[in-house]
Amino acid sequence: MPTVEIPVEKWSGKIHEVRLGGQGRKEVVVGGENTLPFLHFEGSIPNPPVLAVEVLDRDPRDWAEPLLQAWGDVLKNPAAWAKKAVEVGANLIALRLKTAHPEEGNTGAEEAKRVVSSVLEAVDVPLIVLGPEVAEKDNEVLVAASEAGRGQRLALGNCEEKNYRTIGATCLADGHVAIGKTPIEINLAKQLNILLSDLGMSQDSLLMDPTTGALGYGLEYTYSVMERLRLAALGGDKMTSMPMICTVGEEAWRQKEAKTSEGVPDTWGPLAERALRWEEMTAISLLQSGANIIVLRHPSTVEKVQSAITRLMG
Amino acid sequence: MSMTGVQIYKFLPKTNCKKCGFPTCLAFAMKVAQKSIAITDCPDLSEESTLALESAARPPIQIVTVGADEKKIEVGGEVVMFRHEKTFYHPPGLVIRLKDSTPLEENLKQVEAVASYQVERVGMMFTVDGFAIENDSGDAAAFAKLVAAVAEKAPSPLVLMSTKPDAMKTALEKAGPLRPLIYAATTDNWSDMTELAKAHGCPLAVAAGDGLEGLAGLVEQVTGNGVENIVLDPGGRDYLSSLTQLTQIRRLALKENFRPLGFPVIAFPGEGTDSNEEESMLAGQQVAKYAGIIVLNHFSPSTMYPLLTLRLNIYTDPQKPIQMQPGLYPIGNPKEDSPVCVTTNFSLTYFAVAGELEGSAFPSWLMVCDTEGLSVLTAWAAGKFDAERIAKATKEFNIAGSVNHHRVIIPGHLAVLRGELEEELSGWEVLVGPRDAVDLGAFLKKSW
Repeated sequence: MPTVEIPVEKWSGKIHEVRLGGQGRKEVVVGGENTLPFLHFEGSIPNPPVLAVEVLDRDPRDWAEPLLQAWGDVLKNPAAWAKKAVEVGANLIALRLKTAHPEEGNTGAEEAKRVVSSVLEAVDVPLIVLGPEVAEKDNEVLVAASEAGRGQRLALGNCEEKNYRTIGATCLADGHVAIGKTPIEINLAKQLNILLSDLGMSQDSLLMDPTTGALGYGLEYTYSVMERLRLAALGGDKMTSMPMICTVGEEAWRQKEAKTSEGVPDTWGPLAERALRWEEMTAISLLQSGANIIVLRHPSTVEKVQSAITRLMG
Repeated sequence: MSMTGVQIYKFLPKTNCKKCGFPTCLAFAMKVAQKSIAITDCPDLSEESTLALESAARPPIQIVTVGADEKKIEVGGEVVMFRHEKTFYHPPGLVIRLKDSTPLEENLKQVEAVASYQVERVGMMFTVDGFAIENDSGDAAAFAKLVAAVAEKAPSPLVLMSTKPDAMKTALEKAGPLRPLIYAATTDNWSDMTELAKAHGCPLAVAAGDGLEGLAGLVEQVTGNGVENIVLDPGGRDYLSSLTQLTQIRRLALKENFRPLGFPVIAFPGEGTDSNEEESMLAGQQVAKYAGIIVLNHFSPSTMYPLLTLRLNIYTDPQKPIQMQPGLYPIGNPKEDSPVCVTTNFSLTYFAVAGELEGSAFPSWLMVCDTEGLSVLTAWAAGKFDAERIAKATKEFNIAGSVNHHRVIIPGHLAVLRGELEEELSGWEVLVGPRDAVDLGAFLKKSW
């Protein structure tokens, strides 16, 4: 019999370990691995990838039918929604402050504080708070969220090049983790991590969102940028070694394949099944490119992806 | 891996004996490098040189073809671990498993459904590649009957699954000309299976249960017996063992040039999972991570379509991103009074804009201009996305025929083109949209 010597890479780098929650709240730790996803034969993977469920601060009336059916009445109340999300297996809650958007009600700091507090009270898992993705409004409501969750080690996002200073500073002041989001580009991702570090944020207080492309809608770009970021990190680059967060649910459910039941080919299959597969398939492939936190929308996807992660962790 | 003439020359006797018909060994080497003659035309080549040359000329992962004529699966031949390093060349074959213990009628219904399945994406048509037929009954006649029926109804690439050489033999008599993959040679039957593979000119799957060493050992026996077209089954079925083994095999082939495992791998996601949905997820992992042929126990459009889409995504050449066909695309269900937005044919830009329009409250027309696959700013800087081109496209795609207004929305980054475009398109009003696709919904709400 020929001798087979399995080639093992000697990586010099390691993903920063980032802690969320704690202090009375459940703690979730991500990162810490010194090898590629699930290659246990090569290195150590102390923390599995985790799943967050996206919760909006308003009734998501524009969401696709399968989502509305799955969640039912809790959609009217972010705290109840978050509670049910934890029951179906969410490790984290990703609260999106949608109503702060100028076109969605333009709510401000007070409302943000109220919603964040109500969700924090309802669940004991760590919280990710996302702004409406309008720079000035992000600053306003995330600073408010930061104060409301002081000491709870939230993750706040998104920092972009336009507004990283304010959000970074508030994270520093209140002991939170900042999420830096860049548009599917390795150098921009690194650059934002450097800027946030220059503010004084430590490496264990940063997450990066490389921007998710859904299955069929740019997935391959995200997949490869994540692989490149991860390889750079394992090669020893500390400024690409942040755990990665992927907004899979938001992107997958935005697509026609997850929303449309009429006027599409029969070969797409029925919407109720196809929509779920779209979210699952996007998630399963980005797990392979190095996602540490995956934000999902449908409870059934949470269960299925969790089962895959459990098996991949051995 | 192709060698240059000078590299080949080093292995030659350097006697310039002319027995090969060329004046010098170097001239001969040049011809070999051009692949116009074979290295074996040199009568005095030493045994070591022959071996060294043969192994250097072979790709690190053998290309294996399953099937005959136009419809075939070509797998292997990969040269990188990560698609960004170059590209993944040969998308894994997706085949649906049939068992000869299932009533024939039921099987033929499935064959019909699978064979007629086709789905379009970015202007390309995708189909399921073929079938795996399993001798689940243990009865050679039942196996042969199903194989013959499938071969007749849907002549396509097949995987014949039986460990019994006699059953395989009768099945090959029915389907041999289709060049099916014989699954599988094992430690018990490899000698007979190898003979069958040689007799029918078919590729042979090699399966060994006791790890990669056992597998490599068996492959060496099979290749020693003269079969070169091999597909590996390392035995791992669940998420983790599949990922581990497929990664290790790919690394051994590419990094160590380890010949006994330099072949494509067959995967059985249905054997490591409990439902159609979970099977498709594991198959998704195997599309991304290194499978050559994937045998699916289930078939349904709602799992096949995402899987085919993922395969397209992963196997897209990163250096040549998919370009959208220029034209006018309806997003949502646009009407005559719906907005018309202008963008480039760089697929990622298109997806970003189309996705935002889809998510907005406004069904829209998206006019995709030919910018040769460049994004908005790059195309503008390169002179491939100017007023003239947009005006030309507006006329070419007959926008005025689809809508009852004369207003177009251009990307915010092209604001400078507004005046010029209004001159080119007399009678049209040009609105300057947002710079980022993500702001499109809000923009339309305010300005449309």
